[in-house]
Amino acid sequence: MTNVPNINDIKITPEIVKEHGLTEEEYQRIVSAMGREPNYTELGIYSVMWSEHCSYKSSRFHLKKLPTEAPWVIQGPGENAGVIDIGDGQAAIFKMESHNHPSYIEPYQGAATGVGGILRDVFTMGARPVANMNALRFGEPDHPKTRHLLAGVVEGIGGYGNCVGVPTVGGETNFDPSYNGNILVNAMTVGLADTDKIFYCAAAGVGNPVVYVGSKTGRDGIHGATMASAEFTEDSEEKRPTVQVGDPFTEKLLIEACLELMATDAIIAIQDMGAAGLTSSSVEMASKGGVGFELNLDKVPQREENMTPYEMCLSESQERMLMVLKPGREDMAKAIFEKWELDFAVIGEITDTGKLTLTFGGEVVGDMPINSLVEDAPEYERPYVPTPKREAVDVAAVNDLNKAVLDLIGGPNLCSRRWIWEQYDHMVMGDTIQRPGGDAAVIRVHGTGKALAISTDVTPRYCHADPVEGGRQAVAETWRNITAVGGTPLAITNCLNFGNPERKDIMGQFVGCLEGMGEACRALDYPIVSGNVSLYNETNGSGILPTPAIGGIGVMKDSDKMATISFKNEGEAIVLIGKTKNELGASLYQREVLGKDAGAPPHVDLALERRNGDFVRALIENGQVTTCHDLSDGGLIAALADMAIAGGIGASVAVDGELPLHAALFSETQARYLISADTETAETIRKEAKDAGIPVAVIGATGGKRLRVNNDAVDIPMSELARAHADWMPKFMAKT
Amino acid sequence: MKSAVIVFPGSNCDRDMAVALEKVTGHKPQMVWHQDHDFDTVDFIALPGGFSYGDYLRCGAMSARSHVMKEVVRRAEDGVPTLGICNGFQILTETGLLPGALMRNADLHFVCRDVKLSVENADTLFTQDYMEGEEILIPVAHHDGNYFADDDTLDELEAEGRVAFRYCADVNGSQRGIAGITNAKGNVLGMMPHPERMIEPALGGSHGRKLFTSIMNRLG
Repeated sequence: MTNVPNINDIKITPEIVKEHGLTEEEYQRIVSAMGREPNYTELGIYSVMWSEHCSYKSSRFHLKKLPTEAPWVIQGPGENAGVIDIGDGQAAIFKMESHNHPSYIEPYQGAATGVGGILRDVFTMGARPVANMNALRFGEPDHPKTRHLLAGVVEGIGGYGNCVGVPTVGGETNFDPSYNGNILVNAMTVGLADTDKIFYCAAAGVGNPVVYVGSKTGRDGIHGATMASAEFTEDSEEKRPTVQVGDPFTEKLLIEACLELMATDAIIAIQDMGAAGLTSSSVEMASKGGVGFELNLDKVPQREENMTPYEMCLSESQERMLMVLKPGREDMAKAIFEKWELDFAVIGEITDTGKLTLTFGGEVVGDMPINSLVEDAPEYERPYVPTPKREAVDVAAVNDLNKAVLDLIGGPNLCSRRWIWEQYDHMVMGDTIQRPGGDAAVIRVHGTGKALAISTDVTPRYCHADPVEGGRQAVAETWRNITAVGGTPLAITNCLNFGNPERKDIMGQFVGCLEGMGEACRALDYPIVSGNVSLYNETNGSGILPTPAIGGIGVMKDSDKMATISFKNEGEAIVLIGKTKNELGASLYQREVLGKDAGAPPHVDLALERRNGDFVRALIENGQVTTCHDLSDGGLIAALADMAIAGGIGASVAVDGELPLHAALFSETQARYLISADTETAETIRKEAKDAGIPVAVIGATGGKRLRVNNDAVDIPMSELARAHADWMPKFMAKT
Repeated sequence: MKSAVIVFPGSNCDRDMAVALEKVTGHKPQMVWHQDHDFDTVDFIALPGGFSYGDYLRCGAMSARSHVMKEVVRRAEDGVPTLGICNGFQILTETGLLPGALMRNADLHFVCRDVKLSVENADTLFTQDYMEGEEILIPVAHHDGNYFADDDTLDELEAEGRVAFRYCADVNGSQRGIAGITNAKGNVLGMMPHPERMIEPALGGSHGRKLFTSIMNRLG
C-alpha cells in the first residue's frame, strides 16, 4: 500500500488561505468560529461553504427582499427547488441554475453537467423531471470562440438530456460582445410530483444512517464552487481539470432508483451532491435538521486510489446523492440501488453534537460546528451606485425598411433557432404539445387534460440601460409568453448572472434588477420560488451585461385550448392588443440596424401588463383566437413575421399615422400581443376590448404570399423572409 | 393481444411505447425488466428507444448481448412479431436479427424532427393498414441512424421487399434512404423513426397509429 502523506500536516499559511479564495478577515472569522485554527481539510470545507456560490454572501441581503409567497406556493427558496401546487393533488417542482464558468472552459461537459445538476435538484425532491429548458448567451458571432462554444454547449445539453430521456422543450439564445469571454449557460428543469410525496433535505433522528448512493467519488471538480466565485483571467483555461464530467446514463439510473425508493416510506431526507459535493450536502442536511453528522470517509465509494479526506469532501463528481433513511430500511433500499447497478453505502450517522465530524483511517480529520459553516458565513452589504438613468433619444428612421426587416429576422438575434433545438430530443415522454419556436413550451401533465407552460426570458440590453426597468421586463416577459399560449402564470425561478459584486456599478445593477423583479412579481402575483446567483461573470475586469434570466411556469386547465404563433387560415383579421408608443431606446432595431445602443428602454406598466394579459388569456380560454404572439424584441413587425413564417401564410397590415412608421414597426413597447381570428370574431373581440378599456386595433388580414405594411412601405415575399429566418444559423455554424 | 416492452438500463421511450400500445390497441403491455429474461409468453415484443447502457459502447451492443435478448432472439426466430424502434432497431442489428448497422449521422449531429417517410411495403404485418407508397410524417430522434449495409445486402433487402420505410429526403446519410427494414420472415421490423410519438393530433399527428393497428389487426 502506498503511504499517503497526511494532508492535515500541511501548515496553513496566508498563501494557502488566499488560494482558497478566502480573505484574511474571513480566515479570522473561521478561527473564531472554531475556537482554533482549522486544519487543511477543514479550511477547504470552510472555503467552499463560504464561497459566493454556496453562501450567497454578496447577494443574500438583497435576495431577502424578493416576494416568495402565494397561496399556491408549497416551497419557496431554500430547498433544492421550488414547489407549487398545480391542483388535483399535483405539484410542479422547478429551478434554474447556472453553469457559466465550466461551460466556457469546456463547453460540452460544462453544459452537460449543468443539465445533470439541475435535474438532480428536481428529482431530489421527489419529482419526475418532465422538461428541460435553458437560457444561453454567447459572445458576438464574429468572435473566434463563439461557434466553438455554441456548438459544444448545444451538444452537451443534448448529449445529457437526450440520454436521460427528459425532453429539452425550449429556451433562448442571444449574442452580445459582453459575453465574449464569459458565456452564460443557465439550465432549468421542471418536474412533477404528488403534493403528499415531496421530499426535503432536513435530516432528523439521532443514530439514523446516512447513506451515499450513485456514482463513485473521484477527483473531478474539486473547487468548482470556488472557481465559480472568482473572475476569469487568461489562465482560466488551466482550470479545465475542475470541470466535472457528466455520466447521463448513471443519472438516468439514479432517477429511476430514487423514484422507486421514494415510493416507499424509507427516506427521511435526501439531498443531491452538487457544488461542493459531499461537504455541502451533509452540511445542508444537518443544518436544516438542527443535528450533527458523523461521516466515516473510508466508507465513501471511490473511483480513484489514495484520495485524501480533503479531496473526498470537495470533489464535485457527478450523479451522487446523500440520504438519511429510517432505521432498518437499509437492506430494502440497498436492493433497489443494486437492481439499478448503483453504489450504495452507509457512510455515517446522525449525531446530536451539532457538528460535522469526519473520520478517516480511524482518526478524526475534521470537526466543525455545523452552524458556523452556514450561519457564520459572512454576509456583505456591498456598497453600490445605482445605474444612471438614460435620457430618451430620437432614434433615426432608415430608408429601406424591407432591408431592415430582413436584417433583423435574418440576423443572429431573431433568426430561427431550429439548428439548436433539433439537436435536443424535445418530444420524448410523449407530452410535448408545443414544441420549441413558440412563445412558451407546453407539456401535458401526463395522463391529464392539464398542461404546463414554461418560458425563459430576459433582455440584458434593457437591464444594462436601466436595471430596474430591465428586471421588471424580464419577469413580465415570461408572464406574457405564458399568457400568449393560454397559460395562467404561477411562479418563477431565476438565475442572476452578474459581474463582480465588489464593483459598485455592478452591485448597482444587481440591486436595481432585483428591485424591478420584485416589483413585477408582486404586481403579477408571480412569486419567486427558487433560484441561483452567479456573480464574478467577468474576464479581465470586463463584466457581462446584467442578465437576470427568469424561468416562468404557468398552468393550463384544458390543454386543448392552447394557442400557437402560426397563422392558421387565410383571410383572418389580425388584431393588435395594447398601444404602441415611440419606444426605440435600447431596442433591437437600434442596435442591429443602426449599430447604436442609446436611450431608455421601454417602460413596463405592470398594471397594464396584467390587464392586457388577462384579457388575451380569456380570449384563448374562450377559443376566440386561432393565433397569438406576444410582442418583444423587434416589435410589431418581428412578431408579425414570426406568425407568418410559422404558418406559411402572408399578411397585409396598415398601421396608423400617429407614430413615425419605423417606430410603429420596431418599437418595443411592452404589454402588447398580436392575435388572429375570423373577421366576425375579431369584431366581437374589438368590442369586448373597447368595453374593457383595453387598447385594440384591427390592423390587417392574413393571406397571400407576401408580408406587407401600408401597401408597399414594407413588401417582402414570404419565401425570402422565411429563407432569411431559416438560413442564418445553419450558415453561421457551417462557416469554417 | 398480449405484448411485452423490454426495458434495459437507459431505455427511455419504454413508457412512450407502452402508452401508444395501450392507447391504440386498448391492451396494456407488460413491462419486462432486462433481468427478467424468463418473461411470459406474449404475442408481440417491442424494443423501445432510448440509450440502453448509455450508448457508451456501440449503440445497442451491450443490450444485444444481454440474457433477455437471447430470449427475444429465440422467440423472434420462432416467429413472434418483434418491433425495434430507434435504439431497439440498433439492438436488433447488433443481435443479427436484422442485417446492416446504424452509424453516426452523416452530419454528426443528433437530429430530432418530423420527417416524411414513404411506406415502401404495405404488405407486412407491421404496415398492412398503410397504403403502399403512402407518405407519412413520423419524428426521428437519434444520433446514430445512418443505415449501412453492403450493396449485396441492400439489393437483397430491396428485392425481397424488406425495406418497409424510406426517408423521402435525406435525414442522416442512410444508404438508399432506408428508415426501416424487416427480416426475411417478415416478423421482425426495425426502424429509426418513432411511430409511438405520432398517435394523436396534439402531438403533431396520428400517422404512427396504423403501425400499431396493423399489428393488432393481424394478432387480434
